[in-house]
Formats: sequence, structure tokens, C-alpha cells
Amino acid sequence: MRVPGAAYLIVSAILFTTGAVGVLIRRNVLVMFMCIELMLNAVNLSFVTFGRMMHALDGQVAVFFVLVVAAAEVVVGLAIIVAIFRRRASADADQINLLKW
Amino acid sequence: MIQVAVFAVVAFAAVMAGVFLVLTRNAVHSALFLVGVQLCLAVLFLLQGAFLVSVLQIIVYAGAIMVLFVFVVMLLGVDKKEALIEPLRWQRPLAAGLGLLLAAEAIYLALSQHIHVGSGGLKAGPHEGNVQSVARVLFTHWALPFEATSVLLVVAVVGVMVVARRPRPPSSGRTDERMA
Repeated sequence: MRVPGAAYLIVSAILFTTGAVGVLIRRNVLVMFMCIELMLNAVNLSFVTFGRMMHALDGQVAVFFVLVVAAAEVVVGLAIIVAIFRRRASADADQINLLKW
Repeated sequence: MIQVAVFAVVAFAAVMAGVFLVLTRNAVHSALFLVGVQLCLAVLFLLQGAFLVSVLQIIVYAGAIMVLFVFVVMLLGVDKKEALIEPLRWQRPLAAGLGLLLAAEAIYLALSQHIHVGSGGLKAGPHEGNVQSVARVLFTHWALPFEATSVLLVVAVVGVMVVARRPRPPSSGRTDERMA
């Protein structure tokens, strides 16, 4: 007996929502960034599930590209966080307000 | 039957780890819970027959990317306490409400019959395993985007070099405000 695709999609939806809420309520920049990674992972699960439901391989190839983009994004994002921390000595999103009007 | 049992356990663990990722105060604990989520997702990929993606998930995500995360968490100091005072009083309830709305919509879409389940796209060959078939699709139909990712990675590396470079020491007679 196979698990229906909708079950995987529900898990993916819950994980994506958790990540989105985490970005909204957390103030630590690093944890916000991890929540973004959580959202990317949830979307990966959706890709693989849709690929299986459609009997196609494109979903798994899309996961591959998401992986590459996530790696590049993490590297650039963490470099920006380190650069900000070097100037402000803070990892709090509320402290990063130089661009605020 | 055993598939359903494994799915239930792993899906529950993934959701719990995701929730604790958001709720825990310590950034290192958040990173550990994120590793937990990614391992659970790797098992879910295995259950769906996506073997290559599952292994890549563990090597790239749980391995490389999370090591980078933990490294930066340690670099920035793990003992920093997050401010508990919220400047915007209504932000957390609003975020929770919007989150519930988003979850409801996504789950409704997942359960609705509008998703056309059928056959389409590129398929595995008759006698190919998962790795061979994904590689064939990646290097034939998706070859151009695959090459474009190399450009993306080079741009990312150059950008990181520029961002992470230490500011130049101030020249004599001029105080650089950025050094403060």
C-alpha cells in the first residue's frame, strides 16, 4: 500500500508554513535564514511528490536546481550577515535599521 | 503497510523538528533541528524512489550547508540573547493568523482534485535506475540551465569575496567611518 501523494503535499505545506511563520516572528537573523532554508526544503518535497504523481523526472531535476540556488544563497546570505555583524555587533533584525526612514 | 508506518513516523518527526526550529531560543538548537528536518525529508525522498535527490539532500544540505550555518553561529557568538520585547505588539498574533491561513490554503489545494495527476514530462528509460535516468534528463533536456548554474556559482563566489573582504585600513589623515 503506497502513501498517497496528498499526504506528502500536506507535510510539505505544514513545513512551508512553519518556515514562513518563523521568518515573521523570529528576530535572530540566523534563525530567520534557517527558516528560509526550511521553506526551500518543503518546496523540494513538493517537487519530488509532484514528479512522482506525474510519473515524470522533471521534479527531481528541479530539486537539483533548488539545491544549487540554495547553496549560493546560503553562502551570500551568511557573508552579508557576517559583514553586518562586523559593523553592528548584533544578529538582531531590529538593529539593522540604517535603511529605515 | 510498512511504507505507511515509516511515512507516519518520519512525517511527524519532520513537522515536530520544524516547529521546534522556530520555537527554540538557542540558534545552535535551531540548526540541529534543521538537520533533523533535512534527514527526515531525505527519508521521505527515499520512500518516493528519488534516491539521487535523497543522497544529495544529505550530502549538500545536512552536510555542507549546515556546517556553514553552525560555523557562522559559532562565529557570531551563541550566547547572544534574543530580545523578548516585541516593538510591534500585534506582529506575533498577526503572523500566527496569517500562517494558519497559509496552511489552510495549501492543505486545501493539496486535497483538492484540481491537481491533474497523470503522466507527462520526461520519463525514465525502461532499464535505467534513478541515477541514470535523472542524469540523462539533466544532461540532455536541462543541459542549458545546468550550465547556467555554473555561472550562478561563480557570481556567488565573487560576490562573497567582495562582501566578506575586510575593509581597507584607513589612509592617513582620513578617518573612515566604516571602520567604527
